[in-house]
Parts: sequence; structure tokens; C-alpha cells
Amino acid sequence: MGKWTRRAFITTGVLAGGVVVFGVVVRPGARTDRIARLVAENDETLLNVWVKLAPDNSITAIVPHAEMGQNAHTTLAMMLADEMDVAWSDMRVIEAPAHKEYANYAIARGFALGDRNFPAFLVDSIDGFFLKVTQFMALQITGGSMSVRTTGQLAMRTAGAAAKAVLLQAAADEWQVPIGELSASSSHILHAPGDRRAPYAAFASRAATLSQPARPVLKNVRQFTLMGTSMPRLDAPTKIDGSAIFGIDVVLPDMKVATVKASPVFGGTIQSIDATSAQTMPGVRKVIDLGDAVAVVADGYWQAKTALDRVAVNFTSTERVRINQEDIFEQFSVALDNAQSDGGGNTDYRTGETRDAMSAAAGILEAEYRVPYLAHATMEPMNCTAWVHDGQCELWLGTQNPLGFAKEVADALDMRLSQVHVHNQYLGGGFGRRAFPDFALQAARIAADVHYPVKLIWSREEDMQHDHYRQASISRFRAGIDAAGKALAWENIYVDKHDPVEAPWIPYGIAAQDIRYVDSETHVPWGFWRSVDHSLHAFFTESFIDEIAVFAGKDPFAYRHDLLADKPRFQRVLDLAAEKADWGRSLPENMGRGIAIHQSFGTIVAQVMEVEIEEGKARACRVVCAVDAGYAINPDGIAAQMESGVIFGLTAALYGDISIRDGAVSQSNFHDYPMLRMDEAPIVETWIIDSGEPLGGAGEPGTPPIAPALTNAIFDATGVRVRQLPVRKHDLRHKDAKRLDIA
Amino acid sequence: MIIALNVNGETLDIDVDPATPLLWVIREQLRLSGTKFGCGMALCGACTVHLDGKAIRSCVTPVQAASGQQITTIEGVGSAAIGLHPVQQAWIDEQVPQCGYCQSGQIMSAIALLQENSEPSDAEIDAAMKGNICRCGTYQRVRRGIRRAAAALAAKAASASQSGGRDSPWSDSNG
Repeated sequence: MGKWTRRAFITTGVLAGGVVVFGVVVRPGARTDRIARLVAENDETLLNVWVKLAPDNSITAIVPHAEMGQNAHTTLAMMLADEMDVAWSDMRVIEAPAHKEYANYAIARGFALGDRNFPAFLVDSIDGFFLKVTQFMALQITGGSMSVRTTGQLAMRTAGAAAKAVLLQAAADEWQVPIGELSASSSHILHAPGDRRAPYAAFASRAATLSQPARPVLKNVRQFTLMGTSMPRLDAPTKIDGSAIFGIDVVLPDMKVATVKASPVFGGTIQSIDATSAQTMPGVRKVIDLGDAVAVVADGYWQAKTALDRVAVNFTSTERVRINQEDIFEQFSVALDNAQSDGGGNTDYRTGETRDAMSAAAGILEAEYRVPYLAHATMEPMNCTAWVHDGQCELWLGTQNPLGFAKEVADALDMRLSQVHVHNQYLGGGFGRRAFPDFALQAARIAADVHYPVKLIWSREEDMQHDHYRQASISRFRAGIDAAGKALAWENIYVDKHDPVEAPWIPYGIAAQDIRYVDSETHVPWGFWRSVDHSLHAFFTESFIDEIAVFAGKDPFAYRHDLLADKPRFQRVLDLAAEKADWGRSLPENMGRGIAIHQSFGTIVAQVMEVEIEEGKARACRVVCAVDAGYAINPDGIAAQMESGVIFGLTAALYGDISIRDGAVSQSNFHDYPMLRMDEAPIVETWIIDSGEPLGGAGEPGTPPIAPALTNAIFDATGVRVRQLPVRKHDLRHKDAKRLDIA
Repeated sequence: MIIALNVNGETLDIDVDPATPLLWVIREQLRLSGTKFGCGMALCGACTVHLDGKAIRSCVTPVQAASGQQITTIEGVGSAAIGLHPVQQAWIDEQVPQCGYCQSGQIMSAIALLQENSEPSDAEIDAAMKGNICRCGTYQRVRRGIRRAAAALAAKAASASQSGGRDSPWSDSNG
């Protein structure tokens, strides 16, 4: 892809070689004051998606989202191709360069309009950093399961329909026939009465002179040809022969390789460095003090890494070196105790009067659950290639937020945003980690200190010990139940709220609810982790509702079903999962079945887990997953994301445990932060409901319900209620099992 | 020192510290970036290549130890241009890759498995593949892909023996 400027696009619409580009304008639906503030000038509109039509009749969608496995590129291309009636074999997709013109207006719009489903993963307050960034249009983010339901719905489809409308008009002008006699199909325009057919490209230059319709007509679901079908991934061919280029694969002329060691204790700084022996090692170019980390630059990674291991670094000692994981949980407990004794904390959701309902209850049930910190452990360790030259900084990496990274780097190097250029590559896993620019800032600072391009590669150890972690948390519950077993009151208080706001809310018809949280800050950096707060709250709430069902002497599926009487959409998903899993059919003695349901990012997912217990260990055998994402644009893509979300959540539930020792992360690699492997992977069966409700996300919603489905199944098999994750720390042989002391 | 390597059928002399892991020679000196760095401790399988047809973890194999053996990387097993290996084709048919980062290693392990055992059971597939981590959780598709590739290879072998033709290039011991 050549270098483009915005001006060239807007003024001509034609690129060298006869390529025509359609810039698609998405105007705000309602121009509230808030929206107006987001748009730099009054009539300025944002080019959200570009469509490129080449002389060979190939059509390229230029999309503002990163591809990190979630299949956004293919699915977004399908939405555009369908509306534009492009033959799939003519369809290409590339990621937009990090220019502010590509800023993700759909996300900004959702945010500004106070859409409750809005981005999950964006934590900053409306008045804070985020709005500022939005005003700069520096939004080109991949996260929050947003690509298909916002960019796809609002922009890709509009882009396709608009481009087709212009081409039809151009053909009508060219052939001097009424536009009503023309139709479009398979990247061609047809004129049936005149028996003429010509490729889109034949009308490209004329189309470039026409203005686009303000409101192109979109297809209805019965007219879809690609949407709703399982199209193969466009990126698959390059991902099976080693040719796909990830950030770590980028090579530049004269490039050197760097690796770093940061203070093991978060927030620590370098007191002294002795690099005498490292500096004389072969291939070593430079040892750099970054303040909180030491970097070694060498000809290759191995030379840099072995030299780094020889650098003697003293980090400053702070109070934090005395912090251990037990202290953090104790701090959380005290914060909860205090809030519970003085009625403190912040209200999250409240309906009815729980105090009255509790006093009317025949039985009271209480439980406390705990979850640990979690690392992302993307397969591709953090890396970034940076080159500072001619007053510019160029970055090559995989990022979920290219413009946000560019802005941070610009600030760090005292440059303007226009002087920083991000070249996004495939992401070897994101899961939220690649929304944080720490590693890119390091690379930029190293590159600013030398006169050649530098590829910074973190070791796995650095990646695991300097992540932005899913929070550890404690959540306490109290329920009041009447003599018939019906839940009357639901009280919940937990530690540390991030996003999305509704993560702890329950779908169940319980009349009195009081959900609160307390803040209890720690020195461990927080980060978006696949499904964000949903990842912990689904475990909490779906465990506790299971405990209530058991306490009430009811079947856990039937109990949930009854409490969802006024939520038919939830009920349908729950019922489908139970039906496909043969809920109620008896299992062998050492097996158990558990169910959970949770809505996140607009999508409802219910899962039934079948677990087998062997020598006190749980083995996940089979997962039946029912999902309602409104409409499945790419059904096999949704199934793949459910499989992926299940394995990701199951890995965390069984094994995931980042713990703090002497202020630092104890775990360092896959031997002490184990991953689920093929011999432990269950079969995941996905069943899709097309309810016709607004589109939900797919990348994250498969993750939240799996932990409670697992622990509920373990309870069914053993009578052991796992209230603290991960599961592997529990001996499941006995009903009175104790938590094992496993480091 | 100068080390002679045979990579994907080509013989090359590389000037390198003999203790350097093969992975970094492949990636940085030979510029074959399909083989990935994941853990550096033979824990994840992203760096899997073949030495004389056997799957090994290149991140812990000193380059010296690979000298004199046939090294095969993902770039050497097939591509759209030179024809896909049946395992690669099965990966497309089953839509295995998501982020794709671990898939070179998965495919190299799968090919090595099928060369040794043309009809692996599920347990044998699990045993051969459990060294390869996939954070996107593509395991059940990997399993299906291996079964599909095994069937394709068996069909190919059957038709080759019926027609008395030569073995497919994919069934020889060096992959």
C-alpha cells in the first residue's frame, strides 16, 4: 500500500493506476452537543471506511480494526461485499493505516450517546483521557467485541451500499438507460433489457466524479447473500505457511534487536547498573538505562538476552517489596468488612428493599468468592520495532489501539501526533493486552537513543511479570429465600469495579437487589482482559445462583429458567443449552454437569459443562454452548470464537493464578503459569440462535460463563463448592476438601 | 564460528556462536520468520521445526546440534505457490487458525506425528500435540485437521499404490 494523504482522497477519489477510492461518510444520527464536541469542526465528517476499486475489478475494504484472531477482517469484508454485491473471490481486505481520519467514529458515537453497551474495555471516565482522545479523533481501537456490531453495522454495510449506488448511477449515465433497469450482481452491473453486463471497474472513473447518496438503502435479511454464511477466513492461507507477518517478524535494513528487564516490583526504578561485562560481549551495541528498566541492544535477540542476563542491576527498594498476595486479599477483606459494617461502598445497582426482604425470608444464604490476578500470556510476547529518523518516529507492531499508541509515543518523544507513524501488523493474540502502550514507549525511547531501527522483544518472563493484569477480587453475597425456595433478596458487595458497568448485574427476577462495590487500590497494574469485569462477575453471580438453587432444593437449570420468566430471550438460550446437553440425563458416578448463563457485549451465552473427576482433579470433557448474538453474520466465525472463549476462560478457571511475592509477580513462564493443552481440551459444541435482536459481540462473550459452568459441574460431581479460583488449588476428592497449599 | 546447515533442502554456511539456539538463527540469520518465539524454554511449541523429520523445539536446540541434519521449517513444507501439504490444506478446510501465531508449530508437530503414525488415535494425537499451546483455543479444530489430513494422506497412498505410482513427496521421511 502506498502512502496516501487525506487530501488526495477527498479531492479526486482516484489513485495512481486507475484505482478508485470511495470514502464513506458516516454522519451522526443525532447531533447532540456532546457529539458536536467530538467532531472537530461543525461540518467536518469522519471517513470511517474506505473502499478501493481496482482496474482488475478487485474490491478492497480498508478497515479500522486490528486482526488478532477474532476474524474481524473477514467478517467486516463480508458485510461490505454483501451490500455492494461483490463476488467473494474479488474481495480483499487491509487494515487502515493509523491516521486520524480512520478514527473509530462508531465507538465515539456509542460513547457520546451514553449507549449502555458501550465499550467495555475503555476505562477512563467520560471527562478524562478518553474524551480528550476522542476529540483528537485518536480512536482506532479494537476491543469491546465492537468491530462487527459497530463498524460493521454502521460503516461497512453503509460503505458497500453507497459504493454500489454510485456505480449503478455511473452505469446509468454511461449507458444512457434508466437506473431502475439496472441491477448489480457478482461485481458486475447488468442491464437486462439491453442484454449488457460490465464489471464494476468499467464505471470506476465516472463513479469517482459522482457524489454519494446520503442515505444508501441497506439490504434486509432476506436479501443477504454473504451475511449469515460461514465464509472462510481471508487470512487463513498466510497463517498456515508461515508467511503472515506479525509484529515480531518485521525486518528493517540495519535493524538491531533489544530486550529489557524492568524493575520486578512495579513502580521501582534503577539505582545502579554495572554493564561492564555485558558491554564487551559479541554483538552488543549499547546498554541503556530507561529509568525503570535496563535495555540491551545487540545484533540479535540471543546476544541481547545473554548480555542482559550479565548486567548487574540494582533497583530501588520501596515499601512495596513487603507486599505478598495474602496481604492483598487481607486488604480486600478489610475494605469489605469496613463497608459492610458502616454501610459504605458505592452503589452499583439497587432495586427494592433488601433489608425488608431479608427479614421476611425463611432462609438466608451467604457465600464469599475469590479470584486471582490473571496475565494475558499472548502467544506472541510483547514487541515493537521503532525507528526515529528525520524528526519522525515510525513504529511496527501489533496493537489494538494504533492511534492511542501513536499519541503516547508522540508525548513521550515530545513530537506532534503527525510525526509518529504506526504500521500495524497481525497480532499474535491480543485479549486486551495490546491496548497498553508500555512496550511501544520503551521501543521508542530506545530508538531515540540510537541512529538505527530497533526491534524490542520482551522475553516470556518479562511479558508475564510486566503485564496489565485482570484484577484479583473478593465478592460477598447474601440471599434471602422464602419457604418455597424463591429468592426474595440479593445482596452483593465486591472489590474493584472497572468495566462494563453492568458486569455484576443479574438477569434474574429477584425483587430486591443491592449490589455495591468498594475500591481497594493495589500497586499491581490493571488491564482489560478478555471480557473484562464479566470474567469475574459471571463466576461470582452464576456460582451463587447455583448455591441458592441447591439450598432451595431445586434443579439448577429449572431454578434459573423460572427466575427468567420475564426474560424470554435469556430463557431461550438457557433452554437450548440444556436441551442440547441432555440436561437431566444421568451421568457416571465420577462425572458432573453444571450450567451457567451470562450476557456480555450484547450477546447472551449459556454453557453446560460435563466434568469428570479423577484422583481429585477435574477434567473438562464436553461443553455445550448456546449463543444469541442477535444475528450470526458468520456462523462458523461465531462458533470459533465460542470455542476460543471457552478454552481461554477454562484455562484461567483451572490454572490461572498470578500471585504477588515480595511486591513482584511470582510466575514467569508456562511451567508456573500453565495453559490448557490439547490433551485437556474439551469438545465445544456451539448452537446459534438468530433472534433478530441488535447485533452483539463474539470475541468475548464465550469466556464469562465457563468458569461457573465448570465449578457448578464440579459441585454436581463431588459436592465440593469451589469458591476460590483456580480450581487446581483444590483437592476434589472429598466433600470436605480443603484448599491445597500449592504455590 | 562457521556452521554448515541444511535448511529446507539448501545448504548454508552460517557464522554464529555455536550455542545460539537454532530458533534465532532461523529467524534472524536466515530470515525465515514463520518459526515463532514463544517461551524460550521448550514449553509452548511455537518454535517447532523438524530435524531429520522429527519435531524439535528450536528455542532450546543449540545451532551446533542441528549441523549435519536436515532442518525443515514451515516454509519448507508447502505453500500456495509450490502446493500445500495435506496438513496445511486440512488446516484451511477446518478453518483452524485464529491469531495464527502458534500454527506453524502446530502444523510442524502434526506433520511429524503423521509421518510416524499415519492413523493416530485421539489419545495419540493428544500425546503428540500437547506440547503446542494455542491461546486462541483452536485445539478441537487442530484435532479435526489432523484426522482430515490423515484421511487425505491415506487416500493418496491408496491411489498411489493402485496405480503403482511414486509416493507423494509428503510421505518421505524428511517431510
